[in-house]
Amino acid sequence: MFERGGKALLLMGCPEVPVQTSIALYLCSRLRRDGWEVLVAGTGAALKLLEVADPERHYLSETMNLDDCIAKTVEGEMTFDICFVFMHSDAGVTYGATIRSISSARIYALIYGRGAEEIAEMVDFDCERIAAKAVHNPAPLKAKIDKVMGWAA
Amino acid sequence: MGCIEALKPEVLLARISFKEAREYIESHAPEVHHVQPGFKLFGEYLIGVPPLAIGIEDDNILFPFTKPCYGTFVLRLKDGAEVERFRSEVSAEMKRSLKGRGRKR
Repeated sequence: MFERGGKALLLMGCPEVPVQTSIALYLCSRLRRDGWEVLVAGTGAALKLLEVADPERHYLSETMNLDDCIAKTVEGEMTFDICFVFMHSDAGVTYGATIRSISSARIYALIYGRGAEEIAEMVDFDCERIAAKAVHNPAPLKAKIDKVMGWAA
Repeated sequence: MGCIEALKPEVLLARISFKEAREYIESHAPEVHHVQPGFKLFGEYLIGVPPLAIGIEDDNILFPFTKPCYGTFVLRLKDGAEVERFRSEVSAEMKRSLKGRGRKR
């Protein structure tokens, strides 16, 4: 279990794999319930999927463009305690490695998609790896997140 | 990184892995430097798996550029002033790094 009340960042890449949106909303809900302040950074399409799914912002709070998030972190204008980076491609790993280099936050690499095993092998930087071959069904990835975060019933 | 795209760089390689981009730059550019993610180039912070290889070829800079939905590209952009700024920034970084190491000892 983790302390309550810190800042959490969700870093979302291309939303082409369906589980990303579902897991992001789940993390927003679960982290907020535990007292975390949650910021979601992502591509325009990734954020739009969340905003349309949660119009009254029951789960989603602050959102930010991916590039602005990187810039503010490098410039020291923004800090966070934990960061969940969504990775289903080489580009996702690239963003994860970047966050690792520019932030001292605890990083959770959420690895999913058809090539999850191959992607997991590419993640050689310091982080907690949470990997599942999830494409349409978010349950396997959710189960692994719950286990790592101490949320399993 | 919208600003870099607006500068209309030449695309040397498209939709490759970050590792392939690094290998291409290291093997094709006559002068290569390595920087960390977050290094500023053309006014934008670079994304990448460290170390990021940046190539210099006359007045051109070769660099990796990652787009979340499209993978990594190797771009070439001509800008003599940016080449000089880059060389001077890399040299300053190296001096800072050596100074830091000296202090630890």
